Amino acid sequence: MEFLYYFDEVFTLWAFSMLLLGTVFGLILGATPGLSPTMAVALAIPFTFKMEPAHGLILLGALYTSTVAGGAVSAILLKIPGAPANIATTLDGHAMAKNGDGKRALQLSFLASLFGGVAGVLLLIFTTPILAKWALVFGPSESFWIAILGVTIIGTLGSTSVIKGLLAGCIGLWISTIGFDDILGTQRFIFHSSLAGGINIIPALIGLFAIPQVIAMFAKGRSHEDMEVLEIKPHPLRKAIREVASSRRALGIGTAVGSMIGLIPGVGGQIAGLVAYDQTRNFSPERTKFGTGHPEGIIAAEAANNAMVGPSLVPLLTLSIPGSPTAAVLLGGLIIHGIFPGPNIFRDYPQVVWPFINSMLIGQVLMCVFGLMIAGAAAHVARVPRSVMAAVVLALAVFGSYSVQLSMDDVFVMLILGTGMYFLERYGYSAAPLVLGLILGPIAEGNFVEGAMIAAAQNGIGTYFFTGTLNLTMIAIVVGSIAYSVWLELKNRQVGGV
Amino acid sequence: MKKLLAGAAIALTTLAGIAQADGHANYPDRPIMLMVSYGAGGATDFQARIVTMTAGNDDALGMPIAIINKPGAGGRVGWNWLASQAEADGYTMGAYNIPHFIAQSVKGGVDYSAASFEPIANWGADPAVFVVAADSEFNSMADVVTWAKANPGKLTFSGAGLFVGHHIAALQIEKAAGVKMAYIPNKSGGSGAMKAVIAGDVMAGVNNLSDAFRARAAGTVKILGVADLERNSFMEDVPTMMEQGLNVDNASVNFRGVMVPKGTPQGVIDKLAAAVPAMFANSRVAGKMKAGGSPMHIMTRDEVLAMWAAREKTLKDLLAGL
Repeated sequence: MEFLYYFDEVFTLWAFSMLLLGTVFGLILGATPGLSPTMAVALAIPFTFKMEPAHGLILLGALYTSTVAGGAVSAILLKIPGAPANIATTLDGHAMAKNGDGKRALQLSFLASLFGGVAGVLLLIFTTPILAKWALVFGPSESFWIAILGVTIIGTLGSTSVIKGLLAGCIGLWISTIGFDDILGTQRFIFHSSLAGGINIIPALIGLFAIPQVIAMFAKGRSHEDMEVLEIKPHPLRKAIREVASSRRALGIGTAVGSMIGLIPGVGGQIAGLVAYDQTRNFSPERTKFGTGHPEGIIAAEAANNAMVGPSLVPLLTLSIPGSPTAAVLLGGLIIHGIFPGPNIFRDYPQVVWPFINSMLIGQVLMCVFGLMIAGAAAHVARVPRSVMAAVVLALAVFGSYSVQLSMDDVFVMLILGTGMYFLERYGYSAAPLVLGLILGPIAEGNFVEGAMIAAAQNGIGTYFFTGTLNLTMIAIVVGSIAYSVWLELKNRQVGGV
Repeated sequence: MKKLLAGAAIALTTLAGIAQADGHANYPDRPIMLMVSYGAGGATDFQARIVTMTAGNDDALGMPIAIINKPGAGGRVGWNWLASQAEADGYTMGAYNIPHFIAQSVKGGVDYSAASFEPIANWGADPAVFVVAADSEFNSMADVVTWAKANPGKLTFSGAGLFVGHHIAALQIEKAAGVKMAYIPNKSGGSGAMKAVIAGDVMAGVNNLSDAFRARAAGTVKILGVADLERNSFMEDVPTMMEQGLNVDNASVNFRGVMVPKGTPQGVIDKLAAAVPAMFANSRVAGKMKAGGSPMHIMTRDEVLAMWAAREKTLKDLLAGL
């Protein structure tokens, strides 16, 4: 309970201003396509050079927390996930906004974020030693199977049929192999020098989600069909709170899966939301409603990606291992103030670490309050005519892609992928499985190659990947997950479905 | 007469100097970009941000330096870009890592070599160290070599990638000890390689001295040896490889510094070569680097040119058999 003594450090004028500043900017940056949490934190680090360590970290922590939640705004209103973590939010969030309930979707998303986020930070406070052990259990073989578990979701994500979902996933996996191979340095599918660095995930994400929208909006704008982008019905906050409070299954699965997977170094952050979404769907009696604007879909996805924030810091704080790109940037922020993370960090730097963690707890509340204010203002966004909105989104998409590494190449990649996606969407393919393939490809491949090399020096690939409790458990879940989708598909056919 | 000649010579050189500087007298008149070929948060990125933080001061360049990350394939993506696409106008610089980019160019398949770039100055030297998990049975390099001799090819040890400093050190250790071990390059670079050691995915690893220093302070690893000519001031208690009977020199030491693409005007190079080492020597920079456990080693352009040439020769010999 030591952390309780450090709450007053958060409520000093300086610390609290940093917290407010970080939260507000984080929400705005998070809602801007292309500005991922990693970049927001990296941009802020130079500003912390001259601050007190605790104040600097509070700013960084608040930014991390609120950029993750802010990504839901563009995911819901524009169907553009602010970062990979928000992909799952687009599935039901944007569908709900299309039905006129954008305000409700935003309210649900921020309330679920609050729940997941607070639960995640509490896990960080109370169970760090256990979580630290869990993070190290996942070696190359276990991480490989986690990625394969992600692959099994691909087929069932947002497309009109499993086959189309799998095809889109394959395209994504292929795109992920473009560029120099990360381990061996061999060149693959580099037809032009601008592809040498591979396809960066952020421009791809923006292109695949935003550009088909932009093209469709321009097309409709020209024909003067419904000039309003979205209708936004009023939705009382009371109702949203009751709705979230009663979705215990989505909150529970979202938070549990999000925090457990978010913890695994190098794997978690990007797929925690999607795996949680899929598991919630599997356990829901209203499975078929997912993807059509079902509240459980939004709640599970947002609870999961915010629940990840706290636990994802465990490997960083206790083992000095940054488990995600954002954590790597935060490590820089810690070291620059002479703070070396490790098992004794809570003993050696309590006056810095506890205010930092406490501020994330309070930051969750501030994030939710400001987020709900944004939800209230969303109706104004809805009044923007379609053609104007298309231009704004296109400008943001170009800006967001360019800003990742100040490169026009990324902008062209974004536009080309997006235009291709527009045509694919017309044939019933969807962007989510494609992006999932793009994310999972390198995780699966990298861990397989590393595992295979270790296995070659030890007992051989068969033993390395197919023995051990955790490996076998993961394999069982993978097989079960595939069998379940096949069974569902067959059942749907009998009923006369797709 | 001699005096007169000398005076004339000095006057001429000064005039020439002025004439040359004239074209670049205003340089830099806008912010300069520094390309780092590793991701944000990595050791190179982190140090580059610190050593350039005073660039905007009047006694440095008078213009800020912005860091741009172009990560991928152990740095190949960024250096390819710098060699083939970046403008050689003095407003695009790159961070170099020795021996990485020279080793990659010796191995082939990239668009650059040491001749593609002009060094400006060196800011740091991070030796490779040999680490094992805190609970490992190995307590010295002798233990490691004995085990590796008894189990040829079975001792797994991680490093940041292929043809980077860690890999060079690994090759040198194997050659010096006359054993075969299994080097496992990590996809996530140095931090991933360190995780593999701590988690027990591999039996040992080669890593950066600065990162190992922090990991040891955290109590998660033991450091068995430094691949350098002398012990390091950050860890006086850790013996060098040579002290432990392994003939491993400093060829794997990770030198970090700033360079520009070939073709950058000589006046600009001279101006940078004069100003940048002084900028690195700033006391605020030194303080931040020390706090972060990052060893500094400032070298001028001429010293770096000599170091590059020496490394290229060593690496050609070492990698010839691969």
